[in-house]
Amino acid sequence: MTLRQTQTILHTWSGLLFGWILFGIFLAGTVSFWRDEISRWTRPELTASIDRKATLEGAVRFLADKAPDAAGWNIALPNDRGAGTLVSWQPQPKPGEEPRARRGRGNEQWLDGMGRPVAVRATRGGDFFYRLHFDLYYVPVYWARCFVGLCAMFMLVAIISGVISHKKIFKDFFTFRPRKGQRSWLDGHNATAVLALPFHFMITFTGLVTLMGMYMPWGAIANYGSMPAFYAAQSTKDLPIERSARAPVPELMPLVAAAEAQWGAGSEAATVRLIAPGDVKQQIVVLRGSADRVAASDQPVRFDGSGHMTRGVQPEGVGRVSRDALIGLHAGRFADLTLRWLYFLSSIAGTVMVGSGLVLWTVKRRERLPDPARPHLGFRIVDRLNIAFVAGMPLAMTGFLWANRLLPLAMKARANAEVNVMFLSWVLAIIWAIAAPRRTAWTGLLAATALSLLSLPVLDLLVTDCGLLASIGRGDSVMAAVEISFIVLGLCFAWMARTVWNRAARSPTAARRRRVAGEPVTAS
Amino acid sequence: MRRWSGKEITLRGLFGLLGGYGLAALWCAVIARWLPMAPLDASLIATILSFLLFAAVVIWAFASRSLGRLTGGGAVCILAGIVLLKGSML
Repeated sequence: MTLRQTQTILHTWSGLLFGWILFGIFLAGTVSFWRDEISRWTRPELTASIDRKATLEGAVRFLADKAPDAAGWNIALPNDRGAGTLVSWQPQPKPGEEPRARRGRGNEQWLDGMGRPVAVRATRGGDFFYRLHFDLYYVPVYWARCFVGLCAMFMLVAIISGVISHKKIFKDFFTFRPRKGQRSWLDGHNATAVLALPFHFMITFTGLVTLMGMYMPWGAIANYGSMPAFYAAQSTKDLPIERSARAPVPELMPLVAAAEAQWGAGSEAATVRLIAPGDVKQQIVVLRGSADRVAASDQPVRFDGSGHMTRGVQPEGVGRVSRDALIGLHAGRFADLTLRWLYFLSSIAGTVMVGSGLVLWTVKRRERLPDPARPHLGFRIVDRLNIAFVAGMPLAMTGFLWANRLLPLAMKARANAEVNVMFLSWVLAIIWAIAAPRRTAWTGLLAATALSLLSLPVLDLLVTDCGLLASIGRGDSVMAAVEISFIVLGLCFAWMARTVWNRAARSPTAARRRRVAGEPVTAS
Repeated sequence: MRRWSGKEITLRGLFGLLGGYGLAALWCAVIARWLPMAPLDASLIATILSFLLFAAVVIWAFASRSLGRLTGGGAVCILAGIVLLKGSML
């Protein structure tokens, strides 16, 4: 066998075995480039505001009242992608208890731009898709991450073997033969793959780097003996402080300014953390945001209770900068709006690449089936799983958005219920994908996704006061952009539904089936 | 042209998966020990590189002309890795 043939086998098998879950990972990752914006949309109670001074003062006022004896406070500063600010506190651990054990979800509160508490619906917001991207759901996080890592590894393999198996990669990029059945699918697969090839390679490789300590601990163990020792060598962990006597919490804004001066021009603080707040031995840690540079680490700057800097920015070696740069490239937190759209579009190309690759497997083999009307079981499984994932998952994801708007606000475990609605919609979509005739199965799910997305802005007009026009009127560009994106995406899905419906009727296979059945062939 | 049997594809796949991880893990440790840098930097750079190594082994598992060559090459890489790792501990 020639090298190209061996790599075609490798490409086909790694793509087929890992394709469906990779499609899910890609899709969840794609929308996660808008994690903050989705979070913003899922919490319509919050209004945009970025007055950091008022926020900080209000947060301290709230926390001093709510948790004066806490082990620690955490204040997430607002940025221009989100709204409101989330504060949380860690209660004092009971004697003999691990400090981390009492971190609970109940110990947090959303504040508005003036630092006043706001009642916000319980939702995981954009964080849900972000976590789904590498933690999956309903499975232990450790095993989920191992599995996702394995999938990513074989994505990398599929990319490399796909390039090797290609005869004329450059020429093929400019080749598109529409309405030619298998050739069109192949060209589409190639175009989306080659169009963003450096992106696909980068995003897959850097994805592995984000969890590399877990996947490949041997380089660290070789030098440090164990992972805890390795982490201890690079961490600046906050040690708990025993409380003794009260002291006022210092003004935080000057400390934030001092930290930003340490980091340099253009830097922005993301989090202020207080250890033993309001105690004479209290410590204040200011953490850096990641919007202004690729290699993002939080570079903690520490202060004591009198506002005196006790520890400034520490120098970072080539290893940490390399790792942070690769992780930064993956998460794209540094990207401004233009670059973020490019990230999003490239990532859609990646999702389409995986999806079209899966469909291509069936298109290629359908022609060679002894009887296309009655394919063998393996073929039918691949065919229906394709529908269940490629068309079913987007529909399920819109189910999450609908649940966010329609579940009663006072519901118990509401945030989890939103997620359950998503998976329940997916189960229904899978049943449909298996039970319906093939053409109806594809079209039905795509059309339902279109309908679901297109009616979300209408729903918002009815059940919230942040409909599209109201948001535009208020100058709330993030909220308005999310709603417009729903409409545009909905139109894309409507176009896909229409295309699949029409094309399936005209495909060579359908013509052949009609010939076999003795029907007259009208269009081909 | 000879077509591969299902067994051959499975064996090559297993070599890529298990041998790939094993070789990447071993050489990750070797590189971490031998890179002339601070231990933290060496560990991190070695770990980053190990994933490219893993991918390369999977590609090789399918590109290699025969399973015999593959096994021989794999054995040489493991031996060399162990010798270098032992050497770094001296």
